[in-house]
Amino acid sequence: MKEIYKKSNILTDAITHYCPGCGHGIIHNLVCEVVEELGIMEKTIAIAPVGCAVLAYDYWKFDTTEAAHGRPLAVATGIKRARPELIVFTYQGDGDLAAIGTAETVHAANRGENVTVIFVNNGVYGMTGGQMAPTTLLSQKTATCINGRNAKRDGYPLKVSEMLAVLDGVCYIERTSVHNPGAVIKTKKAIKKAFQNQIEKKGFSMVEVISQCPTYWGLSPVEAVEKIEKDIIKKVPLGVIKDV
Amino acid sequence: MSDKDKKVLITGNEVIAEAAIRAGCRFYAGYPITPQNELTAYMSRHMPEAGGVFIQAESELAAISMVFGAACVGERALTSSSSPGISLKQEGISYLAGCRLPAVIVNMSRGGPGLGNIAPGQADYFQSTRGGGHGDYRTIVLAPNCGQEFFDLTRLAFDLADEYRMPVLILGDGVLGQMAEPVKLKPGIKYEPAHQKKEWALTGNKTGKPKIIRSLYLGQGVLEKHNLELKKLYDKIEQEDVRSESFYVDDSEVVLVAFGISSRICKKVMQEARKEGVKVGMIRPITLWPYPYEIISRAAAKKVKFLVVEMNMGQMIEDVKLAVGGKAEVHFYGRTGGEMPQEKDIMEKIKQVIK
Amino acid sequence: MIKVKIDSEKCKGCNLCLMYCPKGLIKESKILNKRGICPVEFDSSKGACIGCRFCALMCPESAIEIIDE
Repeated sequence: MKEIYKKSNILTDAITHYCPGCGHGIIHNLVCEVVEELGIMEKTIAIAPVGCAVLAYDYWKFDTTEAAHGRPLAVATGIKRARPELIVFTYQGDGDLAAIGTAETVHAANRGENVTVIFVNNGVYGMTGGQMAPTTLLSQKTATCINGRNAKRDGYPLKVSEMLAVLDGVCYIERTSVHNPGAVIKTKKAIKKAFQNQIEKKGFSMVEVISQCPTYWGLSPVEAVEKIEKDIIKKVPLGVIKDV
Repeated sequence: MSDKDKKVLITGNEVIAEAAIRAGCRFYAGYPITPQNELTAYMSRHMPEAGGVFIQAESELAAISMVFGAACVGERALTSSSSPGISLKQEGISYLAGCRLPAVIVNMSRGGPGLGNIAPGQADYFQSTRGGGHGDYRTIVLAPNCGQEFFDLTRLAFDLADEYRMPVLILGDGVLGQMAEPVKLKPGIKYEPAHQKKEWALTGNKTGKPKIIRSLYLGQGVLEKHNLELKKLYDKIEQEDVRSESFYVDDSEVVLVAFGISSRICKKVMQEARKEGVKVGMIRPITLWPYPYEIISRAAAKKVKFLVVEMNMGQMIEDVKLAVGGKAEVHFYGRTGGEMPQEKDIMEKIKQVIK
Repeated sequence: MIKVKIDSEKCKGCNLCLMYCPKGLIKESKILNKRGICPVEFDSSKGACIGCRFCALMCPESAIEIIDE
């Protein structure tokens, strides 16, 4: 008997609290697979955010700490500076990384902290009931913009990756997605590169993963991934944004 | 004079930094704010010399979270600020308390509320002694009143933080922070990476069983259980770690109660008063939490009158009243808005109290 | 023969595996799992699995294992 595919050993067997079709589970597995393949599990520290992934430590076996909402990159800075030999990554949503944690994100990136950031962007606040996020697209409906995001009232979607890419401390940023098998494979490649950069002490690396939130997009999981293909990635194009 | 007894002239801010390094602290993150800037500047020069980490953070929110990170991996970590900055740090202090992480936080407090001013203040007493941030927790609060005590209590702060796995606050003020005094710098401890002794510190999962640092406890009864564990710890600290200093309490008509810089002024008043034959004593809480209720309560039983002197509109007086329990008179003299109590005004108040 | 093993207790019925199976070998089960969800099941009656892993890659629950017997 030959094994063709099996989930990463770093994932626990817990059933997640994520909604059906949510991209978090796919991304958790990819991070675990990458760490396993790089053989760095024994020195990896994860930082869980506040948001849907707040319980990530129940789903993976990394030594993990929580962080206050928006502060994972400050916590990561503390860990990495104190123990540069450790591999440190943050796993953050759009509210955490791009709203309440904007300052921590920008300054950690600008200092060129040698850490890896997994930025899961689904354009809504999932954990609190689907409110508008900094990355919510124009005309996208959420619990706090029921008629769709209106630039005049709500401002524009924040282009976090593009913003960070102009900073000298940043070494690598790529935007990927997990809405079809090819995209999942590309995301894994990007995550691997972001960890390899850290191993090679290259500096701040971030993968922005466009992820589906069927529940708060008001769509079935199948419709949600179709929306990414037909709509979202036309507005928020995938690809390498910076690689030095 | 032998080298052993040699003293150096050094500001309160700087002596805390030096004491921290000598106590094995190898991580400092801070953000500029007056009147504690000398501490950050000292760390920026001397922490790298000691092989430690210095970071000027983008905000107090970030600085306390950096300290949180360093504490996660077992490092002895310090941050410092002054009143408005400490308000921001309360977020991280609550998380440190919830996650059972040791860290030391210095508040060289100034006048408030709001931006207030940069003159010395003691108006952060409530904030310091009642947890300060959200949730059901305590922090140990040490209130030194001179340069030497800053040195000694800084080392103690790190020891207590590690022993109880909780944040410890050192509460000073703008005068104590910026005034230079002669201090005997005791030799440092031999630096051993603290994390090697902290079995809970994150190291990377080497055993198959992950270590998790968290303050999130969902599910019925789970958080209550966690908080009751904290309560047990706090009860122990209230039993074992109350520190205070008393003068002439058994031979006084009026007992002054003051901490920090106010206690220096009160001590002078007490000495002058006794020269004039006025029986004045003093109780100086050194730990503001746990508070020396017992000592004050015992003095109250002797029917003395209390005069609480603070640089605020009356905060510690509530703890004195709790300790006295209605058994004695409790009076107050305070200055607010960054002003200092004057000796003659305190003396005047003592005379009124005696009448 | 390549077989797709689906943990029906973990499956939340999102159907992303079903959507991307190029051979149409995954279908909705008619039996509810313990959590009251209709999971998917592997159905080799329509052809042979080619082991492309698309189903497993798309599974948010990591509930799919693929083996070659």
